[in-house]
Amino acid sequence: MIQFQNVNKMYDDGFHALKNINLEFRKGEMTVLIGPSGCGKSTTMRMINRLVSPSSGSIKIDGSDILSIDPVELRRSIGYVIQSVGLFPHMTIARNVAIVPRLKRWTADKMSRRVDELLDMVGLKPELYRDRYPSELSGGQQQRVGVVRALAADPDIILMDEPFSALDPMSREQLQEDVARLQQELHKTIVFVTHDMDEALKIADRIVLMKDGEVVQSDTPDRILRRPANDFVRSFIGQKRLDQEQIIVASAQDREAGSDFGSVMQDTPSVDEVMITQPAVTYPSRGLAEAISTMERRKVDSLYVVDRQRKLLGSVSIYNVMDSYRDEDKTVADVMLPVRYSVVSGTPLTQAVELLAGHRLHNVAVVDESGRFIGLITRGSVVRHLAEQLPMMEYDQLDNPNDEPGQARKDITPGMEPDSSPSSSVPSLEPASSVRENDSDDRDSKSGREARS
Amino acid sequence: MPDTSVNFVDFVDYFWRNRGLMGEYFLQHVQMVTLGVLLALLVGVPLGVLCMKSRWLSRIILSITGILQVLPSLAMLVLLMLWMGLGNTTVTVGLFLYSLNPIVRNTYVGLQQVSSSLIDAARGVGMNRWQQLWRVRVPLALPYMMTGLRVAAVIAIGVATIAPLVGGDGLGRELYAGINGQNSLRIYAGAIPAALLAIVADIGLGALQRRLDPAHRSARASSKRGSGGSSSGKAAADKAVPPVPKAQG
Repeated sequence: MIQFQNVNKMYDDGFHALKNINLEFRKGEMTVLIGPSGCGKSTTMRMINRLVSPSSGSIKIDGSDILSIDPVELRRSIGYVIQSVGLFPHMTIARNVAIVPRLKRWTADKMSRRVDELLDMVGLKPELYRDRYPSELSGGQQQRVGVVRALAADPDIILMDEPFSALDPMSREQLQEDVARLQQELHKTIVFVTHDMDEALKIADRIVLMKDGEVVQSDTPDRILRRPANDFVRSFIGQKRLDQEQIIVASAQDREAGSDFGSVMQDTPSVDEVMITQPAVTYPSRGLAEAISTMERRKVDSLYVVDRQRKLLGSVSIYNVMDSYRDEDKTVADVMLPVRYSVVSGTPLTQAVELLAGHRLHNVAVVDESGRFIGLITRGSVVRHLAEQLPMMEYDQLDNPNDEPGQARKDITPGMEPDSSPSSSVPSLEPASSVRENDSDDRDSKSGREARS
Repeated sequence: MPDTSVNFVDFVDYFWRNRGLMGEYFLQHVQMVTLGVLLALLVGVPLGVLCMKSRWLSRIILSITGILQVLPSLAMLVLLMLWMGLGNTTVTVGLFLYSLNPIVRNTYVGLQQVSSSLIDAARGVGMNRWQQLWRVRVPLALPYMMTGLRVAAVIAIGVATIAPLVGGDGLGRELYAGINGQNSLRIYAGAIPAALLAIVADIGLGALQRRLDPAHRSARASSKRGSGGSSSGKAAADKAVPPVPKAQG
């Protein structure tokens, strides 16, 4: 546990960067420091490993004042990830990852085993990447190495200073998921600095909102969404949401343009060719308000629940979340329903379509051999696939059922205006039963609830 | 003036007949330059590191080495001769003083240009000042230091040709003998090897400099791995901008 007591930071020029900060970073939790630039969030974080020293007040880690610990030793016991990656260009990936173990004089054998293990953790094949130099990796890969470097000596505390802000939206999303997954596994005390509210909502156990060197609100994401302390918090949540909106739309369009299902007609395509990759997921420990915010962000009305290995645990829809929304202690795990139908990767599409039609499902999950959730077949994705396979067919007929992303998005505005369509945002919720009937009648027009591809 | 139209065959013939002496002059030349530049490296690199300590210290060190280099080479050697007498030692010390400036200045620039985020990362992972210097700053400054070494070596090879004026040896002997005896064959026999030596030193040290560049290192590593990696390696090499020589003679 890290405790800040009456911490102040005054610079020589009289600038009061931090004003009487009292904070607690709980053990095993991911605390996100968030606020506009210049609010003191980075300064606060950098005090923990003594890169910045407080003008007054005390900072304690597990009860002992950090001023009593040698700064070099302290920093070696705390993982550190910075925004601009900070990998050393003259060292191989292996050496970069092993930098703290090397400073701690581990044996070569132990170090190389640790490096391989860490690279594996973030999906970089050790035999391929170990001996490369940072300049040969993409930005996302580099930052993944940056993250595991912080884990190398197995520190209890990890500091992350806007680690993903320089990445493109796709890699950022993926890394956020990586970090969320690693955290589920490792339970480190993480202090994460960001200015992106969506990122905070996605990964935080606890959010500390700062402004002008003061803490405005410090609470779980769920409660911050439910009870913003003041207008500043409200506008911060809203504004950031809007910013994110455009990025997601843009990246979805990019993907659209780049997607290529092949123009050759095949007899029976497999589900892999048709499925939506990167479907919206959530984790069992998430709060309900967080689940809703994920649905809003991804423009869907249901989420699949996966564990850290991406094994399917169940699904939640907006209806069963809303039913229990009043109960603040409930998590996704409490309200999720088991997944009854899923298909294995490689299954012919026709089987998936039979499932969709036969059981009146909105979608069917696709899992790989080891049961990991890899994609989603929706009615929309099937229609889209057909449209692409049969270019001579009249598009007028296909246009309506096809879940054009732009269309589906239009009816969900971030301002959360009530909307009549069933896939719209939270406040316009209608009784679940009527919606379902309605939906099964009008076939496909709104089944593009997974309106992404 | 001597007849400048020298027959190439005559030149080769002369050179071949005197190859023993020529070889001796050449070795003397190389020896003086190598000693002088090595001394300058031994003293200059630590001075460059010392420049990092504080702004005023760097100002003092850089102005002293700057003044040393601005002195005309003949004046410097003659002044040294007054103090140290005739001989190769005087020349070597002169070359040492002359080489200091490019080496100190480039070392300093190289250490300074390391991006602050890398230093932040180095501090953050728990490197002490010494480790920050040796594991991060110095390796990343190597290409710059090599530029300094290269400039220093080429200048020193040129300056060393006036060594005979203060009692030194080297290819300058042949040159001055040629001037005094109005024998253009001997002038060429001194000047051509000196020029070749400078060119070879420049190219050789340039190649070494590229090898030490971290950006190029990745390109080499990936080309070894075959076609898969070479494209990314090439991209890295394209991105790499060779360091611009910061100090010239």
